[in-house]
Amino acid sequence: MSNDAKSGTDGQWPLWEVFTQAKSGAPHEHAGSVHAPDAEIALQNARDVYARRGEAVSIWVVPTAVIAATSPSDTGPFFDPASDKAYRHPQFYKVPQGVRVF
Amino acid sequence: MSADPVLLFDYLLGLGDDRLVLGNRLSEWCAHGPILEEDIAVTNMALDLLGQASTLLNLAGQVEGKGRDADALAYLRDEIAFRNVRLVELPIGDFGFTIARQFLFDVYSFHLMDTLQACSHTGLAALAGKCVKEDRYHVRHSGEWVIRLGDGTEESHGRMQHAMDKLWPYVGELFQPDAADVAMTAAGISPELSTLRGQWQLVVQDVMGRATLMVPAVVTAPPPGIRRGSHTEHLGHMLAEMQIVARSHPGAKW
Repeated sequence: MSNDAKSGTDGQWPLWEVFTQAKSGAPHEHAGSVHAPDAEIALQNARDVYARRGEAVSIWVVPTAVIAATSPSDTGPFFDPASDKAYRHPQFYKVPQGVRVF
Repeated sequence: MSADPVLLFDYLLGLGDDRLVLGNRLSEWCAHGPILEEDIAVTNMALDLLGQASTLLNLAGQVEGKGRDADALAYLRDEIAFRNVRLVELPIGDFGFTIARQFLFDVYSFHLMDTLQACSHTGLAALAGKCVKEDRYHVRHSGEWVIRLGDGTEESHGRMQHAMDKLWPYVGELFQPDAADVAMTAAGISPELSTLRGQWQLVVQDVMGRATLMVPAVVTAPPPGIRRGSHTEHLGHMLAEMQIVARSHPGAKW
């Protein structure tokens, strides 16, 4: 698959993933996607589609084509081995007095 | 020096009507945009303009002091009483024409509001401070589209150049002072329109240059007899559609 954001495969403009930050210091979270011919228009479209009701103070856009993702067939080897490794969780540690538990 | 209230009313009507009429024109793209994202973007800008018009016309109504609010001024005035420039009432044309007109107006509006936010009329200055933020974004959006369509394909370039050529004769009206403009400038409210034209030209020439578009010619004065408040045959049709519900059902609430 091409990583070139300019090459749409479905006759539309390329897809961009949109990440919005709700307030300063908060993480950017995935909000959805937009079509756009380039980064500037992607930012503007993201602003109009995902931030027009005051939802964001910052936006990132990333060409969908450059995101590497696991596939459904990876689920077994990637994630199942983690389901029976209770010792990887930190709840066996005693929390010293005076430390706030989140 | 405080402004003559009759001329201040006229001036505020001009500001409000430009945005009311252009907002209505832009809203014609709702559900007809070239792509979903641009449909939302253009509709957002239309709503910004209608919001600006609403606050400006309410202020005009207060200045007039006859109990008319924005609704009364928008829906119950006849075509001849509208004070918008002809540029904003022209039909939307194709998307290139809409964007070209929007850009030419946005640059004008941004620089006007930028000056008005520091003007001697505190009510208007506060409204302009809100408008200028929206206008700054509008200039960015329409300007980026002018560049992409102008410096795009052969067809998009041709359409943009055609749009600019068609729009150019209407631009002079924005910078042609009438009695209200002269009085507002004297009262320290509005900027000199010749100064505004200089600021406008710098931005428009820069963006059109990057869009590989020819700037048609120097901005000339409108033809004799044409001034703010003169209209083309298009405004009446638009107002008929815009006003029919409010006029058929006076005082209706929903």
